[in-house]
Amino acid sequence: MKALAARRRHPAALIALLVVGLITVGGLFAVLSPMQRAQAGAPQVSAQDVEAGKKLFLANCATCHGANGQGTKTGPSLAGVGAASVDFQVGTGRMPLAAPGVQAQRTEPVYFNQTQIDQMAAYVTSLGPGPGIPDEKYASGQGGNIARGGEIFRVNCAMCHNFAGSGGALTRGKYAPPLKDIEGKHIYEAMVTGPQSMPVFNETNLDPEAKRDVIAYLHFLDKNENPGGHALGNFGPVGDGFFFWLIAIPVMLGAAVWLGKKAA
Amino acid sequence: MSTTAHGESAPVADRGPRPAPSPAAKKIGGVLGWFDDRTGLAKPVRYLMHKVFPDHWSFMLGEVAMYSMVVALLTGVFLTLWFIPSAGHVEYTGSYIGLNGIHMSEAYKSTLDISFDVKGGLLIRQIHHWSANFFIAAVGLHACRIFFTGAFRKPREINWVIGTILLLLACIEGFAGYSLPDDLLSGTGIRVMEGFVQSAPIIGSYLAYFIFDGAFPGEAIIPRLYIAHVLLVPAILVGLVAAHLVLVVVTKHTQYPGPGRTNENVVGFPVMPVYAAKAGGFFFIVFGIIALTSALVTINPVWMYGPYDPSLVTADSQPDWYMGFADGALRLLPGWLEFSALGYTLSLNLALGSIVLLPVAFGLMGAYPFLEAWVTGDKREHHLLDRPRNTPTRTAIGMAAITCYLVMFLAAGNDLMAIKMGLSINDITRVLQVLFFLGPIIAFIVTKRICLSLQRQDRELALHGRESGRIVATPDGRFYEAHEPIDKYTMWNLVDYDAPKPLELTSGEDARGVKSPTAKSEKRRAAWSRFYFSDRIPPVTPGEVAAAHHDGHGHEAIEGGHREAVGSGSHSAGH
Ligand code: HEC
Ligand code: HEC
Ligand code: HEM
Repeated sequence: MKALAARRRHPAALIALLVVGLITVGGLFAVLSPMQRAQAGAPQVSAQDVEAGKKLFLANCATCHGANGQGTKTGPSLAGVGAASVDFQVGTGRMPLAAPGVQAQRTEPVYFNQTQIDQMAAYVTSLGPGPGIPDEKYASGQGGNIARGGEIFRVNCAMCHNFAGSGGALTRGKYAPPLKDIEGKHIYEAMVTGPQSMPVFNETNLDPEAKRDVIAYLHFLDKNENPGGHALGNFGPVGDGFFFWLIAIPVMLGAAVWLGKKAA
Repeated sequence: MSTTAHGESAPVADRGPRPAPSPAAKKIGGVLGWFDDRTGLAKPVRYLMHKVFPDHWSFMLGEVAMYSMVVALLTGVFLTLWFIPSAGHVEYTGSYIGLNGIHMSEAYKSTLDISFDVKGGLLIRQIHHWSANFFIAAVGLHACRIFFTGAFRKPREINWVIGTILLLLACIEGFAGYSLPDDLLSGTGIRVMEGFVQSAPIIGSYLAYFIFDGAFPGEAIIPRLYIAHVLLVPAILVGLVAAHLVLVVVTKHTQYPGPGRTNENVVGFPVMPVYAAKAGGFFFIVFGIIALTSALVTINPVWMYGPYDPSLVTADSQPDWYMGFADGALRLLPGWLEFSALGYTLSLNLALGSIVLLPVAFGLMGAYPFLEAWVTGDKREHHLLDRPRNTPTRTAIGMAAITCYLVMFLAAGNDLMAIKMGLSINDITRVLQVLFFLGPIIAFIVTKRICLSLQRQDRELALHGRESGRIVATPDGRFYEAHEPIDKYTMWNLVDYDAPKPLELTSGEDARGVKSPTAKSEKRRAAWSRFYFSDRIPPVTPGEVAAAHHDGHGHEAIEGGHREAVGSGSHSAGH
């Protein structure tokens, strides 16, 4: 003990203490910070994964994003976009981009399996850190507060995606796609990465609980049968108007013509 | 032709006094007589019972309007039992979990309660809203029927004006109703309405403060709209509909031209019993279609929109279709139409699409009968309808107006068109802006050409009969298609119409060379008259028909420049 007491005064002790303190705080932060919390369940990545990912990347993506993901004229740099972005873009079939257009579209089927996507994500993460794969606990939306999610959705998302997530037009042919039957993970990733015209909703804008609630609400809408009958795609009054003039009014006129023909 | 009643169900012509009531009717007469002694209603009621209605499906559009209004009134009363017109704050605890615990106004909460917790409430809400839609659409289509057949001419101009006001009021009533539930869409609608009001130069903002009793949204607007929606506007609507119907009875019904149908009679069925049975049946058909639609198809899913919050807006914020044209006008107007000077802002980009558009559109519509009468100088009474093709210019004007309306209407859905057709919303708006000006002109020209060629075809038919498809070989080896004469009834439709000639322009000076004080207006009138009538296809006269039938080779000369040469032999009809 004496020895320890003596060394306490050693000049290096201060530095050691600082290091320990920093590591503790950093570790605590890492554990407690929302970003880390949300990623707690992220898959472990190994050096082989990164290597395999790099191969896949060179074969499929490098033509546009550059051999080192540094970006080219036909595709942006991927340094710092994070695993979440890759998982979202490739997992929803947007990447590899089939043809340049106004906006990359969700396509079926997805070209890669989840392992390959994870490997490319690992490789892209190695280019520079970014938002990781979200924690299933939040991304599944399970246990979320549906009504609160609805409120958050109307505040943050409805102006582009429509009140029921039926999608909406943006300028110059761009559009916010419909949000029907989308995996919770991809909804979460869309929020943290903000694909194209969509804004980024980072952890300070919407904490993981809020994101979970939004996902819960969207999944509630997927399951929820419309109580009032056919919903006409939930496009608001324009949808109603089209149905009205193309179906309901012709039926009514048909009845009038039919009765008018039946001269008593 | 038939001007007397043939038994119970034959068409009758409505002319003057009726036969006395049958003995059977006298039996019930005990009670009725008691009423009659005190009210003197028997005579007018009998008059009504024997009133004659002609038959044509397009005459039933007005009925659709009336019946759907009745349905809206009845279901509206049901809704008032639960609806709370208040902006007071409450927390939702009802059975729709999508909004559980959310704070909202009482108006919105009570609408949710009607939808989810009142038995049959959602169905009644949907019936109310769908019937409102049918009401307004039927009023509009009915107005189109009146317009294209010329039923607005003397002596029915007052009813046309009443109808125009009814259409406007129906839209306002619908808008007020749409604004009541205080969901995100209705709040957005009110906000747009506030913008309309504010766009009035100078007084705009004061007026808006007056209407909202302070700044938007405030607590006053929902109770105020409520009174307008359930009391004020319905009372005026019902009163005007009553006046409208009284005038229909007083001026008698119009009819399409046909054998036995003249300007002096009405050929059809008496109200009792034939027409009443038919109309009663039709009420149930209309009600049935509305109820079926409401049971199968959602309208205004307020629970999806969420409570109104002035800071929010959703994609696909549109008014109901009947207000779509005004919303579309706003989407078409370019933003650079907003000016500010001397501390005032003049928002023409808003004003033109609202406080200018609405009065101008409805004003022109209401004034049309008087404008046309001025041009034609026609002071006669008209009880026979025009076939639209026989008044090419009027029909073309109508189609131009409808095109203009449609362009604005479609513009209100520019965002959805962009998505559904994969186009850019900017391009769609640009195209519609151009079409707003070009579309009506094209529609006018095309419609007029179509009308004129249909008239030519009618002339052809009247003169030479129907193509029979039978090829006949003459002894000298020529072939021609035999034409069959058309029957009298069809003939009547083809030849019985007016085709006025344009007014001749007088010199504008009297015999002594003094300029007439009205010369300028006469000149303008002559110009309009040329616009209306210089392209005309005169109806076939009996002389021409006779000539065509008996002097097979003479007819080409008679037709003069009206049609292109017809292959020889094609005139052999009726020999
Ligand atoms: C044909 C060219 C092309 C190919 C091939 C391609 N991309 Fe892209 N990528 C783009 C373009 C262009 C964008 C940006 C615009 C967009 O998203 O539409 C993009 C965007 C991305 C983004 C989002 C970047 C951000 O800012 O969040 C990711 C991640 C991505 N690509 C990954 C990949 C991966 C992984 C592959 C291979 C499987 C791939 N891309 C193949 C053209 C391409
Ligand atoms: C400014 C408009 C805008 C807002 C606000 C917005 N989004 Fe988006 N969103 C978009 C666009 C544009 C895309 C399409 C991006 C693409 O295709 O790459 C998109 C894509 C998505 C996708 C992917 C859908 C698919 O088909 O794979 C999801 C999920 C999503 N958004 C969810 C949300 C949520 C949740 C919110 C609110 C927190 C939100 N968005 C807010 C514009 C928006
Ligand atoms: C014929 C004319 C009428 C038209 C065109 C009309 C139209 C409308 C419309 C479009 C709504 C919105 C409904 C919704 O989707 O929620 C509405 C709501 C309402 N209307 Fe009417 N209405 C008419 C007559 C009436 C009458 C006569 C009453 C009452 C006596 C009435 C009472 C109500 C009430 C209380 C609501 C709010 C409740 C709710 O929104 O569910 N309406 N109306």
